[in-house]
Amino acid sequence: MSETLIPFRRNLSQFWRVYSGSKKGVLGLILVLFFFAIAALAPYISPFDPSKIDPSRTWLPPNSVNWLGTDWFGHDLFSQMIYGTQVSLVVGMFATLISIIVGTAIGLFSGYYGKMLGEFLERVIDFFLVIPYLPLMIVLVAIFEAMETPIPILWVVIFVIGITGWSGTARIIRSQVLSVKERQFVERARAVGAGDFRIMAKHILPNVFPLVFANAVLTVAGAVLAEVTLDFLGLGDVMTISWGMLLHFALSNSAVYRGAWWWIVPPGVAIILLVMGFTMIGYSIEEISNPRLRGRKA
Amino acid sequence: MARSRAAYLARKSTYAFITVVIVIVFNFLLFRVMPGDPARILIPRGHNVPLSLIARMREFYGLDKPLPTQLVSYVIQTLQLNLGYSFYYKAPVADVIAAWLPNTLLLVGISEVIAILLGFSTGAIAGWRRGKRFDLFATSFGLTTWSMPTFWLGIVLIMVFSVQLGIFPVGGVRTAEMAYTNIFQQIGDVGMHIILPVITLTLVSFAEYLMIMRNSLVDVMTEDFVLTARAKGLTEQQVLRDHVVPNALLPSVTTVAIAFGFIVGGALQTEIIFSYPGIGMLTYMAIEFRDYTLLQGLFFIDAILVIIANFAADIIYTYIDPRVKFQ
Repeated sequence: MSETLIPFRRNLSQFWRVYSGSKKGVLGLILVLFFFAIAALAPYISPFDPSKIDPSRTWLPPNSVNWLGTDWFGHDLFSQMIYGTQVSLVVGMFATLISIIVGTAIGLFSGYYGKMLGEFLERVIDFFLVIPYLPLMIVLVAIFEAMETPIPILWVVIFVIGITGWSGTARIIRSQVLSVKERQFVERARAVGAGDFRIMAKHILPNVFPLVFANAVLTVAGAVLAEVTLDFLGLGDVMTISWGMLLHFALSNSAVYRGAWWWIVPPGVAIILLVMGFTMIGYSIEEISNPRLRGRKA
Repeated sequence: MARSRAAYLARKSTYAFITVVIVIVFNFLLFRVMPGDPARILIPRGHNVPLSLIARMREFYGLDKPLPTQLVSYVIQTLQLNLGYSFYYKAPVADVIAAWLPNTLLLVGISEVIAILLGFSTGAIAGWRRGKRFDLFATSFGLTTWSMPTFWLGIVLIMVFSVQLGIFPVGGVRTAEMAYTNIFQQIGDVGMHIILPVITLTLVSFAEYLMIMRNSLVDVMTEDFVLTARAKGLTEQQVLRDHVVPNALLPSVTTVAIAFGFIVGGALQTEIIFSYPGIGMLTYMAIEFRDYTLLQGLFFIDAILVIIANFAADIIYTYIDPRVKFQ
């Protein structure tokens, strides 16, 4: 498993050479970069103000003015789709950041400290691995709401997705730490008097970091889906324009029965493409770092 | 051998029990971290609730006692399935859940059996023909359904098959106020209602099983014993059936256990979209009416179901692993 890390360690250009040989990886990267570009350029490419309401133009199918039609309120759906990209990416990235930090810390500690603390943390990781992810998020978001905190709901959503999604990372890190800590260079470091924190920070972390990265990309995919699902359940922020909220409002205004497919299909397709993009990148990095999964030619 | 299996299962059941206790303690802490009177927060504002109910809630949570005593009594009560009182349904939480649970088990049971059979066999063929057209098609299909929000897939199916084509009913589990003349009519009616939810849940879980099996198979194929099997002249079918698949099945079973946590989420979304009266739909009602006691009870039951499923996977594992390693 640990020879897996070499391609990353050498240098970036070598990694890129292998990575660019993977069709799946390149396609995923293109998809993700495409959505990042849309999010960044939203104010310039959006034809209308996404929150502007035109009561004379409701329930319109796609037409030359509103490329993706309008909703029940008279919003331009094309503009809303463009701005919605920002929320998905922001939530996905920040939630993942939280998951990765928590997961790495807990994984490191549980793997490094073998005895009581390690065993206890392992049970905690198991608990979060096993626990049904969506009901847990629902309970947490609902509790935050009940507390009536002044924190914006979007941040609550980010926090909850992040704090529930770290167990996979922790498990991977833990198993890596268990194998790395027996290696000679760790023993040598200890022999010359390095403390626990120094060993973890200087010797173990750099060795497990590449795996963290591959895992992070996959975590973003999960976080994007989680955000959309919370919106659908009515636990998101009704004031933000996001793909999940688009679907939430489509459902609560019976777009399904009115046959307003233009209000339902585009957000779904966008979600699929973005999640797919991140997943393909994650799988490709995993394949590169695990030579057994790699195709023979690569 | 029998003794070591017993020891192994004893260890696994201890872990399962510890996880259950962690879930309960977690549930307990959730409501203690909230500032203010839990009995007050548990019943949202604007609801007219008799004072006797509030007193009953205070008593249930033992709010006049010190915290450690509260925790102990909470753990004991929960283990006895005393999950509190739902102010919306005006009934004990455990009774409400028990009434809605069978429908969920029916939906999840049917869908997962189909998804596991389809997913594992498709995954095995895809892994065997890695890089060929079948593999590419199967994995692309799996990746697409995996990337799909479950509820969105449900919406699309409703739009196409119920609203446009009118083949299936839009939701529910039976035709309202229909009196069945015989059991076949009842099965037929429930069947028509359950088809779209089953398709939805099957498709989203299928991808998970497909990828698990495929990757596991690809990994096993690099093992030396596969080369040996081929070298001794076995046909490709024999190598696949007798050597590769049994070995690929092992890690798959463990991974499937982890996937159960996600299936609960998929079932929840499916039920909501199809107004299917199971505990997922109940969760949605609990969110809508801010019935936090019910919500917590549901979370507990969801967790228990997943823990049971995991434990079942552990048991299955001991039976299918030919070289059971028990330490």
